[in-house]
Amino acid sequence: MMTEISLNILDVAQNSVRAEASLIEISVMIDTAGDRLTVTIKDNGCGMSEEQVKNVIDPFFTTRTTRKIGLGIPFFKQSAEMTGGSFSIKSELGVGTVTEAVYVLSSIDRMPLGNMTQTIHSLVTMNTHIDFLYTYSADGKEFALDTREFREILGSGDFANPEVSAFIMDFLRENHAEVSDLAE
Amino acid sequence: MKSLDELKAIRDRMKGQVDIREEGSDATRVVVGMATCGIAAGARPVLTAFSNAVQERDLQNVAVVQTGCIGLCMYEPIVEVYKADGEKTTYVKVKPEMVEEIIDQHIIKGNVVTKYTIETAKLG
Repeated sequence: MMTEISLNILDVAQNSVRAEASLIEISVMIDTAGDRLTVTIKDNGCGMSEEQVKNVIDPFFTTRTTRKIGLGIPFFKQSAEMTGGSFSIKSELGVGTVTEAVYVLSSIDRMPLGNMTQTIHSLVTMNTHIDFLYTYSADGKEFALDTREFREILGSGDFANPEVSAFIMDFLRENHAEVSDLAE
Repeated sequence: MKSLDELKAIRDRMKGQVDIREEGSDATRVVVGMATCGIAAGARPVLTAFSNAVQERDLQNVAVVQTGCIGLCMYEPIVEVYKADGEKTTYVKVKPEMVEEIIDQHIIKGNVVTKYTIETAKLG
């Protein structure tokens, strides 16, 4: 079990990395009036068959040959459903996968959103060959991080460069704080 | 709101700079296990601490990378350090507070911090 929603996001996004996606879109949407926190992770990776999709949500089905699947998706699903929310995963071979977890914001069982800055920063700086589009919105306010823009400005994807890496960390931290105090 | 103008300034500073950060054969590799088991056990702040420490000390020949499940989930977070000569050290149950010591003692000075290694953990 993870202790933060942001850790689930980091873990599930690693599946997209392994699926050889070239673009991973992550969105965190807070809707206070609707009492919902919605997390979407979408990739253009290799996708899964219908059979595989059924298997990834069942933690006990995993065998050694499908070990790369494991507990990540079941943890994510459980974290949303235990708040009274919902979970879905849609995938198509050769097209990609979309995972969505909806949390009831005010539920006592909703774990903290946690450190989204660290989650997105480590995804971006550790997988510089992949593009990320991250949007964080709360009740009408929002910001986006698009590594395609960074790539264009820099003329390269050197996000691990110390100065660039520090910029990405500050960019995330400051913009998170301006939109909502729910994420670190 | 923090804007992208700052990134343009960084780009201008980077121009003309020779990239001396090469992951050649003399590089030390710090490999952090970032599968479900690692993340659940606290690998993310450990990874961030290593990245930050390497940046702060401006260590040009150290690469911090991530990997999947190493197969010893009960010892997570696991960090493997590969020195240039191929020597591998496995640190287990790593916490962010241990990172400075591992960097300063092992990666810079070459002395393995044995109290955090898997061999010591197995002795109980």
